[in-house]
Amino acid sequence: MIVAVASGKGGTGKTTVSASLCSVWDTPVTAVDLDVEEPNLHLFLCPEISGSAKATLEVPRLDEGLCDACGKCSDVCQFKAISLFGDVLLAFPEMCHGCGACLEVCPQGALSPDHRELGEVLWGSSGDMGFVMGRLRVGEAMSPPLMRAVKKRLAELNSQRPGDVIIDCPPGVSCPAVNAVMDSDVILLVSEPTPFGLYDFTLAWEAFGPLNKPMGAVINRAGLGDGKLAAFCREKGIPILAELPFSREVAESYSQGQIVAQATPELNQAFRELAANTRELYLASQSKEAAHA
Amino acid sequence: MPEVLVISGKGGTGKTSLTGAFAQLATSKVICDLDVDAPDLHLLLHPEALEEHEFRSGNQAEIDPERCVACGLCAEKCRFDAIREVDGAFAVDPFKCEGCKLCVVLCPEQAVDFPQRYCGDWQISGTRLGPMVHAQLFPGEENSGRLVALLRGRARELADEQGLELILSDGPPGIGCPVISSLSGTDLAVIVTEPTPSGRHDLERVVELCTHFKVPAGVIVNKHDLNAEQTRAISDYCAQQGLEVLALLPYDPAMTEAMVKGLVITEYSDNGLASALKEAWQRIADKAGLGA
Repeated sequence: MIVAVASGKGGTGKTTVSASLCSVWDTPVTAVDLDVEEPNLHLFLCPEISGSAKATLEVPRLDEGLCDACGKCSDVCQFKAISLFGDVLLAFPEMCHGCGACLEVCPQGALSPDHRELGEVLWGSSGDMGFVMGRLRVGEAMSPPLMRAVKKRLAELNSQRPGDVIIDCPPGVSCPAVNAVMDSDVILLVSEPTPFGLYDFTLAWEAFGPLNKPMGAVINRAGLGDGKLAAFCREKGIPILAELPFSREVAESYSQGQIVAQATPELNQAFRELAANTRELYLASQSKEAAHA
Repeated sequence: MPEVLVISGKGGTGKTSLTGAFAQLATSKVICDLDVDAPDLHLLLHPEALEEHEFRSGNQAEIDPERCVACGLCAEKCRFDAIREVDGAFAVDPFKCEGCKLCVVLCPEQAVDFPQRYCGDWQISGTRLGPMVHAQLFPGEENSGRLVALLRGRARELADEQGLELILSDGPPGIGCPVISSLSGTDLAVIVTEPTPSGRHDLERVVELCTHFKVPAGVIVNKHDLNAEQTRAISDYCAQQGLEVLALLPYDPAMTEAMVKGLVITEYSDNGLASALKEAWQRIADKAGLGA
């Protein structure tokens, strides 16, 4: 089972929930940080990193001697990564999405594959738990291709050492977030019961709904704010899998880098219930699918 | 005209609540919400639309099943794994298509259409604190960097037309495409952080980004009293980097109470946090070269 921990927005406690859920998971599990712009999961799980690899994107390299300035490549490029100025062709590798269209259309063979560094993929383990993360190079704009590299590495690791996967997803509801939840079996939406929390939760629900995956809510900092988030979940039939009470004590233990599920027995119990509820949601969706088939 | 951008590397540090307070404290400005994926500032400012526009950007491949002969060349060549074969028929997965046009140009039967994408809406609004430019991308859409650039351009025109002296923006989270688009050419980045391991980590990455784009920055430590040791470490880091700490703000539940009431904190109460914010704003205004 692949569990995606998403939120619509950062700061709702996604990483807290991911780290805590991993720490109480009672079958083999790999923790994955797909928030490659600002990965934080390692700060709480403190994994031992056993390997890393640079992730790159294929970008065109120009051989000026072969280019006859026909402009086919700049016409096809949708990302303004290659442009013809008079009869001089210029490539802007930082704009390139690595689609390969320019390489395909060049009749002169003047473009060949080169590489741009996106960032790195790191992997290792934290106790019995597997661990994979990506870290975007600062100044690099495109996170989805690095996320694809992390997922590829995850697939390799998981084939050696099968088990469940818990993904800490990037914030927001645009392409990186949708990319992160796309291959999951269950989506947990972490939110807080405030107007900001409700608004972002609604967006996430709209963004991920079309993927038709079982979705459950985790209400963090319950007791703070108002009751509108729970009402929205009831109205839309989204099960609330856990309500984690707000406490200054929890905020302080988080600020010390602790896994909050390990901070108090009450929270430990709450996360064990969340783990059980998540599994149940997954199994229910599986049996529903089986009934359909 | 100075542009001040509030960023944080990550959401949830209080960026939007602080931007709202600064919007109330600044006298002559256009307010901008550059978080076009998950904007929240409107929940504090309750904008009323004066102008509404559609945002169209990029294209998306669509295979016409009538013309497609199922040769599979498009699926083979697509680098984004966006074309799937189901029961012998090929179709584009709109979530994965990046609109690169490769399949369109390669298709021997010209069976791939390439319509423009309607990605979201943007608007200019009136608020009780001044004019506001903001947007909402449709969930799952990309090209937020382009939309951010569009909003910034429109805010600048609006400020020129109305003789306003500042553009104040609430930035997107992260350090990727929309943040880069928000940051390049901005006059001052106000980085909001929290005294937690993740707050510190995200701060360092966003400071690196500001350095990369040569944007001057200052730092606000929100909820500093949750962890004195981390706050000290952040202050030391700032000193090392030559970054001014613009304010240390205490944790105060009034921030959430104000949000629930749809107010900015400086309207809601006049307590310690609000007065600390007034001092912080004065420092920001000085640093950004504002007369106020």
